[in-house]
Amino acid sequence: MVLTSFMTASEINRFPPKFLPSGLHVDGYVTLLAESHIVRWFANTVLVSAIAVTAHLILCSLAGYGFARLKFAGRGVAFLAIIATVMIPIQLLMIPTYLMFARAGIVDTLAAAFVPWLASAFGIFLMRQFFLGLPVELEEAARLDGCGTLRTFVSVVLPLARPALATLAVFTLLSSWNDLLWPLVAISDDSRFTLQVGLASFQGTRRTEWSQLMAGNVIATMPLIVAFLVAQKRFIATMTFTGLKG
Amino acid sequence: MAITFAATPRTRPDVAARPRGRLGRSARRNVTGWAFAGPATLIVVGLSLFPAVWAFFISRTKWNGIAPAVDVGWRNYQRIVQDPDAIAAARHTLVLTLLFVPASILLGMLIAVALNQRIRLIGFYRTCIFVPYVASAAATGILASFVFNPQFGAANEALRRLGLPAQQFLESPGQALLVVCVIALWGEVGFTAVVYLAALQDIPPDLVEAATVDGAGRWRVFRHIILPELRPVTVFVAIWQTITAMQLFDLIYTTTRGGPMNSTQTVVYYIYELAFQTQRLGYGAAVAYLLFAVTMLLTVGVIWYSRRRGSEVF
Repeated sequence: MVLTSFMTASEINRFPPKFLPSGLHVDGYVTLLAESHIVRWFANTVLVSAIAVTAHLILCSLAGYGFARLKFAGRGVAFLAIIATVMIPIQLLMIPTYLMFARAGIVDTLAAAFVPWLASAFGIFLMRQFFLGLPVELEEAARLDGCGTLRTFVSVVLPLARPALATLAVFTLLSSWNDLLWPLVAISDDSRFTLQVGLASFQGTRRTEWSQLMAGNVIATMPLIVAFLVAQKRFIATMTFTGLKG
Repeated sequence: MAITFAATPRTRPDVAARPRGRLGRSARRNVTGWAFAGPATLIVVGLSLFPAVWAFFISRTKWNGIAPAVDVGWRNYQRIVQDPDAIAAARHTLVLTLLFVPASILLGMLIAVALNQRIRLIGFYRTCIFVPYVASAAATGILASFVFNPQFGAANEALRRLGLPAQQFLESPGQALLVVCVIALWGEVGFTAVVYLAALQDIPPDLVEAATVDGAGRWRVFRHIILPELRPVTVFVAIWQTITAMQLFDLIYTTTRGGPMNSTQTVVYYIYELAFQTQRLGYGAAVAYLLFAVTMLLTVGVIWYSRRRGSEVF
């Protein structure tokens, strides 16, 4: 993919195919940057993902702690309702959610792309599982020292939760960055596209311009690969945790 | 004000203050609990349970989203059974699932066993397996349509070297679904492999050692110790991958858009077309509800079966 992005059009269309470009031809990148909104799309995607990750970290860790440690009326029912939502396919929710957003007037804005990503059942579940596994003694000690619930959470529990938070961040980044279906439905103005929708729209209109397409692909995928490489160890470790000890 | 406020409880007799204090404490506990859990719960439930209920009402109407909805009762559901497009979509989804799930389990397990060895460059191989999983379906789809391009794609070049005739791949109605399945495997097998790898590392080494000391060969160790140990993971992976296969949308959108000649039109793609291309919201919602019902039945069925077999996953 990276190699193809540096080829010229004639090199790509040769048969039998060549795997190495004859030099670093950056035409694909240049045309792509000049003729499309890709910079805009990139910025949109970064914004949407940043909001998604931040909101997930805050809301899901709070809720996970609430469900794991705090006792309050309606806790069981609320948690059951959250778990039940996992089974509902997105395709079922798309139609009413679209109508809801249309009524709220946020269809075709970036808000439409990030609102469904503010929190997720998966995130709440992941954090709850993690907090359930933490020993209570530290929290009790903080309590005895006079910390309130919020204070205990922020200064004692959260620092311990760093590995789980990192995993949640990677997962959220991965899925919000790669989301295609929802922004495809919710956004039609091409200056508000995310990268995935932009790339997919590209494919329909510029089927033959492979070097540009691949350049776009490289731009869209590289940040994630870097993020993945950074978090790889933790990612694999937590896979066990979520999948098996759940 | 503050003074009267502070002064009031003091004037009350002790007997009345005690139950009041307890009530106050439990109320405060509830407020704290909901302050923590409330916002996320509100978002998750508000964006799924509420729309899901609404979708049910939509599924009983004929509606294009603009004109007033007409109540048609169960007619949308009756129509599905006689709709050749819906039946074809269901068949394609079924074929895709039956090909994808067993293949991804077998491949994932194989890769995980291979990656669990102590060999050189293991980190590099692992990364290679997971990168496709990290890449988006849009990127995967574009790359795949390049590789499987009938004119200059690498796939045909590979066939040519093997002395086999060139194929049309995604442009042939007979092959497109199979090729989509292969691409989906390439993209998703990283997930299965990660889960199995994690599970393999969880198997106590003394178990394997004991068996080896007792004279079991590698195959027997795998067959009688590792495989049973992996069973709960397999159930989890099977459910997960079934849902993935049944809801595969992005990849179809970026490779074939349901074509050629509707040969890769799956249920989710059909719902998307109904609701957002031809604006038949009521009918689309009905098909979506049916998909939901099938997914749920399958999940419950697999969980029930695995519970009965004695492996606890959930």
